[in-house]
Amino acid sequence: MEPVIELKTITKHYRGVTAVEELSLQVQPGEILGLLGGNGAGKTTTIKLILGLIAPDSGELKVLGQQPGNKTARNLRTQSGYLPESIRYYERLSGREVLDYFARLKHVPALERDRLLEQMGLSHAADRPVVTWSKGMRQRLGLAQAFLGKPRLLLLDEPSSGLDPIATQDLLDRLRAKRREGCTIVVSTHQLAGIEQHVDRVAILRRGQLRVVGPLDVLRRGSGLPYRIRAWGQWQEKGLKSQLSKWGCREFQLDGELLELTTSEKNKLSLIRRLLEQPGLEDLDLEAPGLEMLYRYYNQDPEHPDA
Amino acid sequence: MHELFTVVRKEFREGVRSRWLLGIALLLALFALGLGYLGGAVSGRAGILPLDTLIVSLASLAVFLLPLIALLLGYDAIVGEKENGTLLLLLSYPLSRNQLITGKFLGHLLIMALATVVGFGLAGVVLGFSLGRLSDPGLWRIFGLFIFSSMLLGGVFLALAYLISAMVREKSHAAALALAVWFFFVLAWDLALLGALVLTRGSIGDGLFSYLLLLNPNDVFRLASFTLAGAPSLYPGMAPIVHKGGFSLALLMGILIVWLIVPFLLACWRFRKITL
Repeated sequence: MEPVIELKTITKHYRGVTAVEELSLQVQPGEILGLLGGNGAGKTTTIKLILGLIAPDSGELKVLGQQPGNKTARNLRTQSGYLPESIRYYERLSGREVLDYFARLKHVPALERDRLLEQMGLSHAADRPVVTWSKGMRQRLGLAQAFLGKPRLLLLDEPSSGLDPIATQDLLDRLRAKRREGCTIVVSTHQLAGIEQHVDRVAILRRGQLRVVGPLDVLRRGSGLPYRIRAWGQWQEKGLKSQLSKWGCREFQLDGELLELTTSEKNKLSLIRRLLEQPGLEDLDLEAPGLEMLYRYYNQDPEHPDA
Repeated sequence: MHELFTVVRKEFREGVRSRWLLGIALLLALFALGLGYLGGAVSGRAGILPLDTLIVSLASLAVFLLPLIALLLGYDAIVGEKENGTLLLLLSYPLSRNQLITGKFLGHLLIMALATVVGFGLAGVVLGFSLGRLSDPGLWRIFGLFIFSSMLLGGVFLALAYLISAMVREKSHAAALALAVWFFFVLAWDLALLGALVLTRGSIGDGLFSYLLLLNPNDVFRLASFTLAGAPSLYPGMAPIVHKGGFSLALLMGILIVWLIVPFLLACWRFRKITL
């Protein structure tokens, strides 16, 4: 299948600064891609390029089979939904009026507009001015706006900024539902908590360059970051160290009944098997390197790993 | 066309919702009525001003108020949407930059125009009734033309506000620049011309002088009102000097229209160049 988004060695300079450099990236249909990176990593620039809001200095770019920014790419704009990073809607207008404005611009009928308000749980407040709305409600209004016209491609820039954990979870659930409808989604974020179960692949940007892209388990394997095992039980401290290192454990720490071990991706299964054979074992817990650790790992300066 | 109309509609709706329309109309009506009923007291006369004096007095009021209102209404039209992030979003929609800026401008223009018609019109009806000339078509022709030229004056400064808004990066800069523009056209230009006249001991010449006045839309509007009222001696300031210029009303209105279109086209051109 043809990718929904295809970037080939894209470079973009912004007021003398290189915002994106030699960026190549593909996003497949029905995929949720997490675009990660710190401030100034080039996430927003990448999204603007995909939307055709800015033109690349060099490289090739294809979105839904068209070149964004091209005058003929008008239907590209009706087929994509966008949520900008920070936005203040027309606060004097009611939520319904704001959504109505965007719906009309996209030729979306009033019925669908009202259904979206309902789906986002905004119906009760729809006729109140947006200025009286909470941050979470405004963000849902933004999402409703992005969902207008059943887009095939969604580009969300920091969609969870300012949202509490429950609202963030709610948002991610809605994205999953959109994906089930066949929508391709790019989510840019620097808030990593909670998104790892929701993205199919992540792309990590650093200073405009793509450091790595792939599914989380592939990234995990590639990083060689340690897995952590916690085992509760009755442990004999004597001889433990030599035994554990024989089993492939790198480090351990014993604190009463809690034995904390770190091991590699390769050795984790055999180590767990050994532990299960121990008569004193009461409980066991395995922790894979989280997105935050992976992010930190891949975000390191290659020349100065500790910087 | 659908996109343009959608933007006009939203801009107008927002103007109504934020009470711009009501506010401007009330302000203009109150000032116009106040001038009409109390204006004569300044020169020691009681009662309502006669029509020619009224038009001239209203014009000197309008040159202060309308530019200020229009600049306030429009200074953040572009830069405000840019700061709020809605500009980025709107341009990701199937909507061209020209459609967006033109729609916004027309929406704001509609608010200015409607407020001027309602505000000055209301005052006109009340004063016409008091003068017992409600059925006089001559009065309505003059008053109607005065309202129309006031609308043009508002439009000129709205276009200037859009140009400012498309030029700057921050809303606060737009506000400062808008005030500077107001100060320049409302106060500084005429003072500078007067100064030049005094310094050169009047050797500038009436012809050149009247053309210099055409460079200021406020003076063009004054000249138009003065021509409408048809009573040169009543007009304060420099207008009598220009009487010799002999510009027709149609020409003056035409110049105001040029003054409206050129800054707006410049604003469109500037807006197309904005990088997101």
